[in-house]
Amino acid sequence: MSTFLGMPATAPRGVGHLRGDEPFPAAAHTALANDQLRRNLRHATTTIRGKSGRVIAELPDWQELRSAGSAIKADVMSRLPELLEELEARVTERGGVVHWAADANQANAIVTELVRRTGSERVIKVKSMATQEIALNEALEAAGIQPVETDLAELIVQLGNDQPSHILVPAIHRNRSEIREIFLTAMPGVDPGLTDDPPVLAAAARKYLRETFLSTKVAISGANFGIAETGTLAVVESEGNGRMCLTLPDTLITVMGIEKVVPAWRDLEVFLQLLPRASTGERMNPYTTMWTGVTPGDGPQDFHLVLLDNGRSAVLADPAGRSALHCIRCSACLNVCPVYERTGGHAYGSVYPGPIGAVLSPQLTGIEDNASLPFASSLCGACFDACPVRIDIPSILVHLRNRAPHPKSERAAMRAAAYTMDRPKLYARAQRAAKLARIAGRRGRGLPLGWNRARDLPEIPAQTFRDWWASR
Amino acid sequence: MSSKDVILGRVRAALRDAPAPGPVPRDYRREFPAADLDVLVDRLVDYKASVRRIGSEQVAAVAREIAGGTVVVPEGLPVAWRPEGVLVDDGLTPDRIAAADAVLTAAAVAVAETGTIVLDASPDQGRRIITLLPDVHIVVLRPGQVVASVPEAVARLDPSRPLTWISGPSATSDIELNRVEGVHGPRHLHVLLLDS
Ligand code: SF4
Repeated sequence: MSTFLGMPATAPRGVGHLRGDEPFPAAAHTALANDQLRRNLRHATTTIRGKSGRVIAELPDWQELRSAGSAIKADVMSRLPELLEELEARVTERGGVVHWAADANQANAIVTELVRRTGSERVIKVKSMATQEIALNEALEAAGIQPVETDLAELIVQLGNDQPSHILVPAIHRNRSEIREIFLTAMPGVDPGLTDDPPVLAAAARKYLRETFLSTKVAISGANFGIAETGTLAVVESEGNGRMCLTLPDTLITVMGIEKVVPAWRDLEVFLQLLPRASTGERMNPYTTMWTGVTPGDGPQDFHLVLLDNGRSAVLADPAGRSALHCIRCSACLNVCPVYERTGGHAYGSVYPGPIGAVLSPQLTGIEDNASLPFASSLCGACFDACPVRIDIPSILVHLRNRAPHPKSERAAMRAAAYTMDRPKLYARAQRAAKLARIAGRRGRGLPLGWNRARDLPEIPAQTFRDWWASR
Repeated sequence: MSSKDVILGRVRAALRDAPAPGPVPRDYRREFPAADLDVLVDRLVDYKASVRRIGSEQVAAVAREIAGGTVVVPEGLPVAWRPEGVLVDDGLTPDRIAAADAVLTAAAVAVAETGTIVLDASPDQGRRIITLLPDVHIVVLRPGQVVASVPEAVARLDPSRPLTWISGPSATSDIELNRVEGVHGPRHLHVLLLDS
C-alpha cells in the first residue's frame, strides 16, 4: 500500500516506550516468579479498589457521569481537527506558543530545541505518560540536558534506572528497603544515616527536590485536559511537585497527546468528578493546577504546548478501536484486572500497562509490533465496569485479536490463558464469564480456537468458568 | 507541509467515514441544595486539614497563633485580617517566601462534597508561588464562597485566571502505599471558616 503525507501513521520504531523486548507471555512468566512483586501489586490494587468503590458509592449519579464522560470523548474524537485548532488559537491569544509533533522524534526534537534556547542544562519534570511514551528523558540526556523527575515515585524509578510499572503508583514494584538503597546510591547529597521509614524517605526526597525546584528555570509537564474553548490546560496531582514545576520556572513546556483536548470549560465538571474517584479513590486529588497561556506576573512567562500525534491518528482510523483514545489514565482498569495483578506493568512492555495498555499499545504501534498484548486478558469484563469513561476494552481486545497475525499470537494467547486460568482465584469470577459469552456472541467472530465455543454458553452460564474451561 | 497540516490531514483521513456522535447526555446532578458547611468541615478534616469556625475579627490573632512566626500575605488581603508584622508580597523572591513560616490568603470557592478549596489568584489570594513554598497555608473562607458540588464550582470560576484546587495538604502514597503528608507543597492546611 502506498502512503502519503496525511495518511494515519503508527508510532515509529526505534524511539519511545511502547514496545517491549519480548512478547507478553515471556515477560509475564518472569514476573510471575517474583513473589514480592505480586504481593505488592495485590496489596496496591486491593487497597485502591476498596477506596475507589467507597467514594464512587457516595455519588448517586456515577453512571450518568460515566455516560456523559463517554459521550464528551466521542464528540471530541469526531471533531478533533476543529477542537485542536480552537485550542491552538486560544493558547496563542494568551501568549502561549503551540507546536505540532507528528511523532516521538519530532516531539523530542522540538522540546530539546526549546530547552536549548533557554540555555538551561537541567529541566524539572511533572509525571507524564506522554513524555514517557516518547522517551523524552533519553532524548534530553543525549542532548546533554539533565531531566529530573519530581514525582516521588518517578524519582524512585529514575534513580533506580528502572521503568514505571503502574500508571498511578509507578514504583509499586519497589519496597521500602529497595527505595532506601536506591536513594543511598543515586540521590545527590543524601544523609548516609537514612532509614527506610516512609516519612524519612519522603523527607529526603523533599530536601533534594526543593533545591532543584528553586534552581531550575525550565519545567516539562503533560496535561490531563486541554480545553479548546478557553485554551486552559489542567494537571491533576497529589504531591505538589506539579504545582512547583508549573509555577516556579521561567519556561514551561507541556507535551499533550492530541486526544486530551475537551471542548468546553464546563466539561471539567464531569471529568473532575470521574477522575479522582476512579483513580486514587479520593473525592478529589490534593492538587489541580489550571493555567491559560501566560499570566503576567504569575508563573512561567514563556509557555509552549506541544501537541503529539505519535500513532493516535492511526488509532482513530479504526472505528472498532478508536474509543481507546477516550482514556483519561485513571488506572482503574489496572486495579481490577486479574492478569495485571499477577504480572505487573513491566510485562506489557509499554508505558501503558494493564487492560488499556493491551488495547492502546498495539494500536499505537501497529498490531504486528505488539501482537501478543490483545491476548493478555481473561476477557472477564471487569475493566469495562471500572472504566469511568465506559471504554469497552473487552470488545476492543476481541477485535484486535482478530487483526493480530494469527498463528504465533494464538500460541501466545493460549500460553497466556493457560497460566491465567491456572490460578484458582480467577475461577471465583465465574460470574464474569457471562460477559465473555455475551461479547463472543455479539461479535460471533474474532475469537481464536476454543474461544469460539463461548458462543454456546447461555447468558448466565449454568456451569462455572472452570468447568467450562476444563471441558472445552 | 507543516507538521500541523500532516497531523490534521491524518486525523481528517482517519475520521472520513465516522458518523456524527449523538448529543452529550447531561442528566447527572446539576441542581444542588445549599452547601452544607458541616459536610465541608467533615471532608476537610478527613483530608487532614484543620478547620476552625471563627468570627472575622479573630482572623489575625488565630493566624498568628497557628503560624508561630513570619506570615506572608498577598497585597489584597483585608487589612483587618493581617497579623502584626506580616510580610506583604510585593514581588518577594522565592527564597524569602520559602523562609516564611506560613502564608495567609483568602479563597475563591470551596466545594463541600469534596473538601476542596480553589484559589484564583485574585488580589486577596495573590500569586501562586506564595501558597506553595511556606510549610503552612492558612485559608480564610467566607460562608458564601462554599458551594455543594464540583459543577457549581466550575460554573463560578473564571478559566482565564490561574487556578489552584487544593484538597488537603500535599500527600504521596508512593512508598508501599503508605500515605505521607507533605513531600512537596505545604505540609499543613488550616482553614478558617468565618461565621456568616
Ligand atoms: S481505560 Fe478507562 S479505566 Fe483504564 S485507565 Fe483509561 S480511563 Fe481509566
